[in-house]
Amino acid sequence: MTNSTEAKPIVKLNHLLGLDGISREAITEILDSADTFLGVLERPIPKVPSLRGVTVANFFFENSTRTKISFELAEKRMSADTISFATSGSSVSKGETLLDTVRNIEAMKIDVVVIRHSASGAPRFLADRIESAVINAGDGQHEHPTQGLLDMMTLRRKVGRLEGLNVLILGDIAHSRVARSNIHGLLAMGANVKVCGPATLMPRDIETLGAEPIFDLDEGLEWCDAVNVLRLQLERQKSGEIPSLREYNRTFGLTRARLERLTKEIVVMHPGPMNRGVEIDSDVADGPYSVILNQVTHGVAVRMAVLYLISGRERFVE
Amino acid sequence: MGERIKHVIADSQGVERTLARLAHEIVEKNRGAERIGLVGIRTRGAPLAERLAGIISEIEKGRTVPVGILDITLYRDDFLTTRKTPKVQATEIDFDINDRVLVLVDDVLFTGRTIRAAIDAVLDYGRPAKIQLAVMVDRGHREMPIQGDFVGLRAVTAPGEEVRVHLREIDNEDEIVIVEKIND
Repeated sequence: MTNSTEAKPIVKLNHLLGLDGISREAITEILDSADTFLGVLERPIPKVPSLRGVTVANFFFENSTRTKISFELAEKRMSADTISFATSGSSVSKGETLLDTVRNIEAMKIDVVVIRHSASGAPRFLADRIESAVINAGDGQHEHPTQGLLDMMTLRRKVGRLEGLNVLILGDIAHSRVARSNIHGLLAMGANVKVCGPATLMPRDIETLGAEPIFDLDEGLEWCDAVNVLRLQLERQKSGEIPSLREYNRTFGLTRARLERLTKEIVVMHPGPMNRGVEIDSDVADGPYSVILNQVTHGVAVRMAVLYLISGRERFVE
Repeated sequence: MGERIKHVIADSQGVERTLARLAHEIVEKNRGAERIGLVGIRTRGAPLAERLAGIISEIEKGRTVPVGILDITLYRDDFLTTRKTPKVQATEIDFDINDRVLVLVDDVLFTGRTIRAAIDAVLDYGRPAKIQLAVMVDRGHREMPIQGDFVGLRAVTAPGEEVRVHLREIDNEDEIVIVEKIND
């Protein structure tokens, strides 16, 4: 405000629908800002007035505890006004629900919409039809960009860089929006990504995403600097995609014995909620290599950064 | 639109002398440096605060004065109206500000809005005994009831002009100039 040199223009975000196609510059800007917001969270008064007057609506059409609380906390820390709407299972067909949602949002003059939906592409559907900024909080099997960002933030803070880092994503790759956002984001930042899991849970087109599949977990662990363990959805067993949970744990579970065989330390991440004893053993999840609780803390900071970068836009000028 | 330097208010010696005087005034008014903490407002307040702390330490026979850096971006009153989203940078205050005399340091005092934001920001870190303000240049045109406690230089300026404080830490030289816009 004293001199014009003070306000530097930075990367503009209109929406955050996914990490596919997002530039390295934009990701870096978000992660740098998130580091600053982490500092805000550690202060005596962990709240800043930046988003006073901004209204954020959280529409969760699918179950979520962590992500919803994390977004709500981030919004409150930024002094935004928030409303939350959660429902799991509705008799109305998805298309109709979303169209109604569109009309409600427009009627309520909401500035930012955070949406989680079981249908891939639902956030894009909204973004194309409303004036508000849209943040994807997880859509079907498509993307979960803020999870990808918080995973990258955690890795960058732990290791000090993303460039050249070898990251293994382990588990149900085919059905995982977390895997997709991680792959897009990490590759944009210059990391190397391989994926590991049973062939039945590996998408056929995985290599077109730029991640090489590995079917031997020990080989994958030996290669990587960090492993991101995905949650195994237990209904996969009923559908016959995995033989049994015990078998899964033996072949693809991250156990202490596996980590102890390695000649180096690797970083262990998990987006939660965990099935302890299935995809990850308790003593690994709570062990010295685990950054799982850091991920939760970083989630709030990353979401504050996204809200900040998305809200400061011309559209708010009357 | 181009710009040209209309007037050089201070050269490098002038900047040094002004800082020395400000440091002496801060120590005199607070009867020593015991309770003082300096907080520089980003960007140019930060090196100014460092330099003031160095001079105060010399005056007070080696007593060190804690120095912090304040980023006021998240407290600006124009976030939703400005076209640009300013870059957020870290605030670094690593000392306990409770019951201290906190001296905010900035290069130019103009509308007073930056200082309003800085006061709000600093209060989220604790409750200082006093907050004082030290600036290199007061150029007038206040939009808020805010005054400097320690003012290096006073400059008469037109609203469209800019006062620039160049510092060797950032700009490779110490100099204070008034810049005016010209139509070319």
